[in-house]
Amino acid sequence: MKRVLISDEPISTEAALSGLSDLGGGAVSSFTGISRDDGGVTAIELEHYPRMTESSLMQLIDEAFARWALLGAAIVHRIGRVAVGEPVVVVGAASRHRADALEATAFLIDRLKTDAPFWKKEHYADGTSVWVDAKSSDDDRSSLWS
Amino acid sequence: MRLVYFAAVREAIGVASETCDLPAHVRNIHDAIDWLAGQSSGHALAFQDKARLRFALDQAMVPLDAALGDAHELAIFPPVTGG
Repeated sequence: MKRVLISDEPISTEAALSGLSDLGGGAVSSFTGISRDDGGVTAIELEHYPRMTESSLMQLIDEAFARWALLGAAIVHRIGRVAVGEPVVVVGAASRHRADALEATAFLIDRLKTDAPFWKKEHYADGTSVWVDAKSSDDDRSSLWS
Repeated sequence: MRLVYFAAVREAIGVASETCDLPAHVRNIHDAIDWLAGQSSGHALAFQDKARLRFALDQAMVPLDAALGDAHELAIFPPVTGG
């Protein structure tokens, strides 16, 4: 099972991961990224590159399937305006034994951060907004998987 | 060629996409950026620091020195920040 979904509606973690526990394996692992109140941020806004987004996320899942013994994987990513406290991304993986699902989940979120065409803008209570800069720590984590 | 822009690049230029007939001497992305930077003050602002730009040709990420070949769409954007 491979699932990629770009959503402009609030993400339900349960729905994003649905089916992963019915694949006959003994392990489901997941990561949820949540919009965070960084110094007065009230909401974030996510822009993406339609067409490229879906294919780049499916490519990451295909690469994860090639590297680990997976039964399923899912990536659900929010776009548009996301209030603080709401999920931005849910990544999940299912496998027979836990190591494959755990490592694949880390791989998927680390590589999504550097490879998938999303851009994040932070909105503040005073009405100002600023594009978030890419972090070198994200590049460092992503390069661990290459 | 169709050009598409995202995030701060889109805001600096003022449009999300445009179609340009690039001159014959423009063979790779580096050349394209140099030529586009001369098109308006917004383009110049968006493209002033090539090290802070990323590129995709027909929806696949490529480096600055990639040849344009017969690609239909060049996307220019800041480093990605999803997740």
